[in-house]
Amino acid sequence: MSTEALNPTLPILTAKDFASDQEIRWCPRCGDYSILAQVKKVLPTLGIPREKFVFVSGIGCSSRFPYYMNTYGFHSIHGRAPAIASGVKISRPDLQVWVITGDGDALSIGGNHLMHMLRRNMGLKVILFNNRIYGLTKGQYSPTSPVGQVTYSTPVGSIDNPLSPLCYAIGSEATFVARSVDVDIKHLTFVLERAAHHEGTAFVEVYQDCNIFNHDAFLYATDKTVKADNIVYLEHGKPLVFGKDVKKGIRLNGMHPEIVELGKGVNEDDLLFHDEKAAEPSLAFLLSRMRYPEFPEPMGIFREVSAPIYDQCVTEQIDAEIKKKGVGDFDNLFNSGDTWTVE
Amino acid sequence: MSSTAESAARPQSEKKLEQVESVVIRFCGDSGDGMQLVGTQFTNVSAAFGNDVSTLPDFPAEIRAPVGTPAGVSGFQLHFSSHDIFTPGDEVDTLVAMNPAALKTNIGDLRRGGTLIVNEDEFDKSNLQKAGYTTNPLDSEDIISKYTVHRVPMTRLNRDAVAGLGLSQKEVDRSRNIFALGLVYWLYDRDPKPTQQFLNDKFKKKPEVLEANIRALQAGTNYGFSTEAFTTHYQVPRARLAPGKYRKIAGNEATAWGLATAAHLAGKTLFFAGYPITPASDILHQLSNMKNFGVKTFQAEDEIAAMAAVCGAAFAGQIAVTASSGPGICLKGEAMGLGFMTELPMIIIDVQRGGPSTGLPTKTEQSDLLLAMFGRNGDSPLPILAACSPGDCFTLVQEAVRIAVEFMTPVIFLTDGYIANGAEPWRIPKFADLQPIQVTHPQGKLSSGQFEPETNGQATNGNGEGEHKFLAYQRNDKMARPWAIPGTPGLEHRIGGLEKADITGNVDYSPLNHHKMVNNRVNKVAGIANHIPLQEVVGPATGKLLVLSWGGTFGAVRTAVENCLAQGKSVAHAHLRYMNPFPRNLGEILKNYEQVLIPELNTGQLRLLVRAKYLVDAQGLNKIYGKPFLVHELVRKIDEMLESK
Ligand code: SF4
Repeated sequence: MSTEALNPTLPILTAKDFASDQEIRWCPRCGDYSILAQVKKVLPTLGIPREKFVFVSGIGCSSRFPYYMNTYGFHSIHGRAPAIASGVKISRPDLQVWVITGDGDALSIGGNHLMHMLRRNMGLKVILFNNRIYGLTKGQYSPTSPVGQVTYSTPVGSIDNPLSPLCYAIGSEATFVARSVDVDIKHLTFVLERAAHHEGTAFVEVYQDCNIFNHDAFLYATDKTVKADNIVYLEHGKPLVFGKDVKKGIRLNGMHPEIVELGKGVNEDDLLFHDEKAAEPSLAFLLSRMRYPEFPEPMGIFREVSAPIYDQCVTEQIDAEIKKKGVGDFDNLFNSGDTWTVE
Repeated sequence: MSSTAESAARPQSEKKLEQVESVVIRFCGDSGDGMQLVGTQFTNVSAAFGNDVSTLPDFPAEIRAPVGTPAGVSGFQLHFSSHDIFTPGDEVDTLVAMNPAALKTNIGDLRRGGTLIVNEDEFDKSNLQKAGYTTNPLDSEDIISKYTVHRVPMTRLNRDAVAGLGLSQKEVDRSRNIFALGLVYWLYDRDPKPTQQFLNDKFKKKPEVLEANIRALQAGTNYGFSTEAFTTHYQVPRARLAPGKYRKIAGNEATAWGLATAAHLAGKTLFFAGYPITPASDILHQLSNMKNFGVKTFQAEDEIAAMAAVCGAAFAGQIAVTASSGPGICLKGEAMGLGFMTELPMIIIDVQRGGPSTGLPTKTEQSDLLLAMFGRNGDSPLPILAACSPGDCFTLVQEAVRIAVEFMTPVIFLTDGYIANGAEPWRIPKFADLQPIQVTHPQGKLSSGQFEPETNGQATNGNGEGEHKFLAYQRNDKMARPWAIPGTPGLEHRIGGLEKADITGNVDYSPLNHHKMVNNRVNKVAGIANHIPLQEVVGPATGKLLVLSWGGTFGAVRTAVENCLAQGKSVAHAHLRYMNPFPRNLGEILKNYEQVLIPELNTGQLRLLVRAKYLVDAQGLNKIYGKPFLVHELVRKIDEMLESK
């Protein structure tokens, strides 16, 4: 990828080159706009020709995304984008394939496909727009809606225990796991860039505001007056510190994280240091379990490790078999085994 | 090893050698008894000798049903003949039963006067009880009077033959099936060499087991040769098949080879996604072993994902295929609809089995025709082809690929458990003689930065800026849209399940556009009728009765009609391979006969379609036993209809 970036014959692309001629139909002030804008910003920096990008989505508000990108795109069916994208990627490992999905699409109807896409570690880039609601169908609770949430299908409050997309991803052996939020443009761009450069499957959860059906669900993580206490930015090799004056930190007490005040007998060395390259996913999983309001919610790269890449393995096996058996010859195949001649 | 090879040479028998035209033999025993193996060996040896062969394997649904019970019985029927045959045979001439349960479940198919060979040693109290016998059936007057019974102490004789090799009793007893095979090789004067070779290859790494099997084979043959009970053995001369080089082929194998061949003929990569399901899994196995042909296989997490991955691969420009059986096809329905809506070429194979639901996984049926026709939401007809025999799978699946890429549509390819697992001699084609498959992808920007002027689907967007916009839904003379694949500069476009505007392919919900697009898609598929062969009829062009059949019943129906024609009856046969659209002359053909009979292994699915489309009062012969038609069942029905008028 990086060699391509240096290729002087490639035309210089800008965000505008990635905009399609279609009118964008999301509600005003929907968080999707920001994510679309950041993606358009990141793609031209990758040094990949435009025709090599494919965006695959499922069903939901966010899944309209491919229509707004002037790349190859496939707006498919509910929950199946991971499987469709897998078909594209196995067929054409040379393409950069992005999967656009939502909390209902990926975790409810498409939960099975998501797990298997992640564990196979194809070179897919996945953005899960988490707005904790079904937007397109007009406001039912989703697998990430908190208990007690009142929606059209839970008029007296949801009783479903929600799950964290990142816990799921880590449990599914994802090799790149990250989180950002729609309004934090800089951070989102950084995370998307890192995802784009990861060799295997990259999974990014983006907290996304549904302005209509679940407005301000992530206010705790976006409001300037409170967010410093409610989120903690992950930096590889650095201690987990947060708070308005960066006076708070996360320390491990046995297997449990705890919030500590820096100063009063506690210094940075006592804190939990982030290691996104840890071979074991335990630390990443522990971080993914930290939920507001008990803990600040981590933002950034939880995990980036390298592992065999499925689509490349497919090609390697084919090459190895050709080397071993020679290029398949149909006449030889047809004439193999017991044959006989009728005069 | 050379000493055993010598001693395995066929003994010269003093016994009577009689010539017969054809024989139906069935091996049956417990599913652990290796009946499929001996059946396959007998088939290979007979095919290699030059007989025409037709086989019917019959497996239990449970992998390990309790040993010795009727639920665990596995069988393999083989018809071998000195003339053309189309079926594995109605009645069994020789039945080899390895235990009481096998006898119980199979004796009903042995013809009166047929030969029954049993492993007498297994007819002990406990096994009789497991099979549900209170007394030994071998002593019953009923069996003794009806059949020529050979009570062979196979377990004991085999143990004697194999003694001294240091194998456990269990290992020793495992070669009993080979003993039985040796005996019937003698009975039908077969050459054991190919089987010896097979055993050599199979047990290369286990010399004791190899020796045991070689000895067992020889001991079986020797037994037939020396025991007084067998007075005669038989010879079935070579068949007069069309000249050429032959091999044996099973339906699933032929389908897999046909797919790889088609992709190669189209100059494309074959992408196959599947999920394990009986009786379709063999296609996945076969293709997974063809990596050196560039074939990509993907065992998906479920049927839905397999179908979805096929949609993705088709978009990416591959010959994309999935295969399943009824329950899996139900799950695929949604993504098949997406394939239809996005008008991408792909193949969906349904190896039909007994339904509904899990039904009879290992048995055959033709009951997914209406599912293939109508199993999706909206107006979404798909072309449907149905293979008529194991070898036909090879040819017809290539035709399915041709239609898919030429008309930009998913195509359903129907086979069934019977032809998927059954085998027949196959005249080996030369690859160079096969019909190439044309695929065109529009090209994008030329190096000059201009677009190719003639490219299908390419036009200016009319905004005067000289910008070109790729028109993803501009159709050609066959109403197919262009297949532009990712990686092509300048043709970036978006497809999806939402309704698209005619020509441009932008999302469009307007009423007139939807009306037009639905009709475009439906008419495109209907128009395929103009590009497929006319329906052929065997027998008189007009007459009293037309038998109209489809799929795997071909062999039985053709044989029945030919028998009736030989007796001068006014009956003809039309066998459909194109199920949607029907051949364009089918309506005319139906009018030329006083009556129409549609025999099917379902409750009348083709009959429903034919009656609806052509307003013909077609009658049915419907059997849903999980087994193919027998020729005499069809002849009886034909006679009945001819007599009724
Ligand atoms: S419903 Fe919510 S998620 Fe959907 S477009 Fe509107 S604001 Fe965005």
